[in-house]
Amino acid sequence: MRRAVIAFTAFLGGLIFLLAGPAHAGPADCQGLRGTLKLQGQPVNGAKIAVTTESGQPVKEVTSNAQGAWDVQVDQIGKYRVTLDVSTLPQNSEVRGGNNVRTPTVYEGNCSTVLFALQPKAAAGQPPADTGQTTFWEQAAQLTFEGLNLGLIIALAALGLSLIYGTTGLTNFAHGELITLGAVIAYTFNVGFGIQLIPAAILAVIVSGGLGYAQDRLFWGQLRKRGTGVIAMMIISIGVAILLRNLIQFFFGAQNENFSDYNTQAGIVVGPISAAPKNFWAMGIELAVLIVVGLALMKTRTGKAARAVSDNPALAASSGINVDRVIRIIWTFGAAIAALAGIMLGVSQSLKFTMGQDILLLIFAGVTLGGLGTAFGALVGSLVVGVFIQVSTLWIPPELKSVGALAVLIIVLLFRPQGILGRRERIG
Amino acid sequence: MRDDTMTDSLKAKAQAAFKDLARDPGVPKPDPILVVDNVVRRFGGLTAVDVNHVEIQRGSITALIGPNGAGKTTFFNQLTGFDTADSGTWRFNERAMNGVPAHKVARYGMVRTFQLTKALSRLTVLENMRLGAQKQRGESFWRALVPGFWRGQEEEITERAEELLVRFKLDAKRDDFAGSLSGGQRKLLEMARALMVQPELVMLDEPMAGVNPALTQSLLGHVKDLREQGMTVLFVEHDMDMVRDISDWVIVMAQGAVIAEGPPSTIMSDERVIDAYLGAHHDAPLSEGELEAQLHEAEAELEAEIEEETQK
Amino acid sequence: MDWLTILTTTVHAAIGWETVVYGLAAIGVNIHFGYTGLLNFGQSAFMAVAGYGMAVTVVFLNLPFWIGILVGLAAAAVLALLMGIPTLKLRADYLAIVTIAAAEIIRLIFRSVYFKDIFGGSDGRRGFNGDFYAMNPYPAGHYGIGPFGFDERTMWFLTVGWAVVLLSCVVVYLLMKSPWGRVLKAIREDEDAVRALGKNVFSYKLQSLTLGGIIGCFGGFLYGLYNGAVQPDVFGTEMTFFAYTIVILGGAARVFGPVVGAMIFWVLFVFVGNTLAELVANGYIPFMTTIQVGPIRYALVGLGFILLLVLRPQGIFGDKREIAIDAR
Repeated sequence: MRRAVIAFTAFLGGLIFLLAGPAHAGPADCQGLRGTLKLQGQPVNGAKIAVTTESGQPVKEVTSNAQGAWDVQVDQIGKYRVTLDVSTLPQNSEVRGGNNVRTPTVYEGNCSTVLFALQPKAAAGQPPADTGQTTFWEQAAQLTFEGLNLGLIIALAALGLSLIYGTTGLTNFAHGELITLGAVIAYTFNVGFGIQLIPAAILAVIVSGGLGYAQDRLFWGQLRKRGTGVIAMMIISIGVAILLRNLIQFFFGAQNENFSDYNTQAGIVVGPISAAPKNFWAMGIELAVLIVVGLALMKTRTGKAARAVSDNPALAASSGINVDRVIRIIWTFGAAIAALAGIMLGVSQSLKFTMGQDILLLIFAGVTLGGLGTAFGALVGSLVVGVFIQVSTLWIPPELKSVGALAVLIIVLLFRPQGILGRRERIG
Repeated sequence: MRDDTMTDSLKAKAQAAFKDLARDPGVPKPDPILVVDNVVRRFGGLTAVDVNHVEIQRGSITALIGPNGAGKTTFFNQLTGFDTADSGTWRFNERAMNGVPAHKVARYGMVRTFQLTKALSRLTVLENMRLGAQKQRGESFWRALVPGFWRGQEEEITERAEELLVRFKLDAKRDDFAGSLSGGQRKLLEMARALMVQPELVMLDEPMAGVNPALTQSLLGHVKDLREQGMTVLFVEHDMDMVRDISDWVIVMAQGAVIAEGPPSTIMSDERVIDAYLGAHHDAPLSEGELEAQLHEAEAELEAEIEEETQK
Repeated sequence: MDWLTILTTTVHAAIGWETVVYGLAAIGVNIHFGYTGLLNFGQSAFMAVAGYGMAVTVVFLNLPFWIGILVGLAAAAVLALLMGIPTLKLRADYLAIVTIAAAEIIRLIFRSVYFKDIFGGSDGRRGFNGDFYAMNPYPAGHYGIGPFGFDERTMWFLTVGWAVVLLSCVVVYLLMKSPWGRVLKAIREDEDAVRALGKNVFSYKLQSLTLGGIIGCFGGFLYGLYNGAVQPDVFGTEMTFFAYTIVILGGAARVFGPVVGAMIFWVLFVFVGNTLAELVANGYIPFMTTIQVGPIRYALVGLGFILLLVLRPQGIFGDKREIAIDAR
């Protein structure tokens, strides 16, 4: 009972933080256009940007600052033309897709973010043979590294999804929103309350764990008690996903945001790989958490109980395991590590209310590749998916990289539904 | 009651066929409807079914018995196309049936029921029955759109269904959802529905399991009736009283293999059966090895079921 | 507060283009999910290939409108086979994941820069509905009573749209009364039992998937014709989810369930959205901006869907008895 009270308080607290957060973070006095120019994660200083009205009346010309950021405030809402002067970009770079004009809309009391994705000149399409700067293998190494980074994030999220599936049979389509929620709560602490990212992240993980507990105690647990079937619960989880995602959008907005720390780190080069130090740290943390969770599953009583429940809930219950308690613990930890995954995703990319939804199918790919319901399979499967996605961009356009992963997901489900590690008998 | 002399003659005829047969597993029958050779099914390292040779006599009621985990249901699944055998052949009415998908097996006249009754809950009893009829014109997409094509046939089917419902005393329930029936009534409905297919061989998987004792006699009567109407019955059962009461011949399975055959009156005194079946069950205590073997069998059966589930 | 606008838009929504388009999507989903028990979460993909099939044929290949319709239909049928043949033997939850992934693949391909020449990238394709409106028999003018009514273009669209909806309902009615429909419903209950009775379950599932997909594909055509454009992101998982909400709202496995469901859904959606927007614009809800009305009404759809499934899974008009028996 006491635990329930604590969790519920945490749940309420989280909601209040969420409500309060945007009041600090939300730029109520902002109405206009802004953006950040970056080339391979590094800010681009001194690029010229011209903003005109839709009909071509000049509004303002600005130059990006040392952080690569630029900002134009306007009085009138409506459509604008934003032109990036390509001649002011660094010599070796270009706008991805080639189009240097954007026509965003400014809404009342809102700042729209205008994106110009920059890339090194020769890198589009084929690996550069002429410049000789990066060879195929260097690129492959770099992409493998990025893939492992992504794969570890997927693995964190997949672990929770897989454990919840294993213990309750629920294919949770709302797991992506647990990821987004974690990131957004951390953002609220970090940007809204000005807490440094690391303590903010720790707080966010704790709050998310509490929300996970509350979600099971107040919702999924009740449905199980009513005897709701797993298919019905799966469909309900889609409703939960839509509800949470739009609530997050309601409070957070539809724009991309970044944490206030670790944004502009100079890249370091290790062998063929160049990346910001935060990426190495993030991977280290992810790996450590995965190892700790893995050990907990293997060694602790609760971990063993969780695996027993996954294997056979009825048998576990009859041998004295409190199945409901185990499931609640799984939900708490599943939500907590999903939140961590969201924070890491926010650190390495940026935050958006769809970030969890966008990665959800990749998590499914990881989980099914490893075998539904097997925690360690989920880990391996996720790493494979992460690396596969990034490395595949050597041959296919980056925008289609997820297509490859989804195709793999389908093929796995068709030909080896038990996954690469699962035993055939385990499914069912 | 039906014509008694007719009943007696068919029963006598069925039993006469078995009169001089040896009690060995796989003994040839005078007029087999189903002949099975070397059917093997393995799950991982466990052999669930390994049947060398067995024949089912036409027009008889044959019981298939054996301890838990003997592979009876798995064997049923192989024969009816619900699971794929690793190897083996079987012939039904001289037609090779291995590799034939389940729905075609039924079309050829070999219809089964399930251990866990599969009443189609949210269809009415009458709709359940109608579904069983074969070669329905209205079951093809384009013709379904024009009621004129299938109305007449539907009426014939309904008539036949209603006759069967009367026989099975379900006519009062014809417009109720099948899900509202009791366990025994569902068993009756499933059997009646199987008869709508007009099969030659009816395969019943534990027809008495979970049936209220009040309904047992009526169900037994219906099974006997099938033989009187010229059908062949093969059924899996645990209840030895029932086996003795209605079957003409008994086949005993243990650890996936057929270990003995014989008439119901004497089969339970057969050494091999006592050893393998009764011995394992009634003579406590078990040795550790036996216990383990039994566990493996039970597991094999379970896995077979899981396998069946995953085929979906 | 502009109550008149709220009233007229709400009344229009009951028979408007959204109701037609989503009603058709839901009729398809009802065949899959309501009658056959197939969890196809990729209904938006059928609509997307139809809309794009038509648009690309007309705009990119410069072929006539009717050829575009045929191409869209063919695309939907091919998609049903591609999606169905490998997946219809899978468990329900696997089928759900595979179909959602397939729909996502199709959306990503349509919006990719790589295929921009054909599909137009994230802007999609426009300028293909001229032939359709050239056939409009209504003379220019306003059709309706007082503030309620439509212009001649909308009238033409709604005439065609509702004709398609009614035709689909007639087809569903005829089929579900027939032995064919009986097999589908039986598969929903227990496909092994159906197999044991000599029916080719796989073939029926494929027919069901194709039929539902083709009906959904008309929703895709009509979406494109009304809006004059198809964009990839319209055909996301949300569209499929709306269709499911509509089916459950109106009652699964009922012929007019999806139509009634679509009407209720869009009336509520438009009414709540517009009322909130008006309230916010007039300062009655100080903590919200107009931009936040969008997400909040989507969130309400999610909430409504959850409550519906938990508290009233048989839908508003569903037969309680049918669900109560098989209480899950």
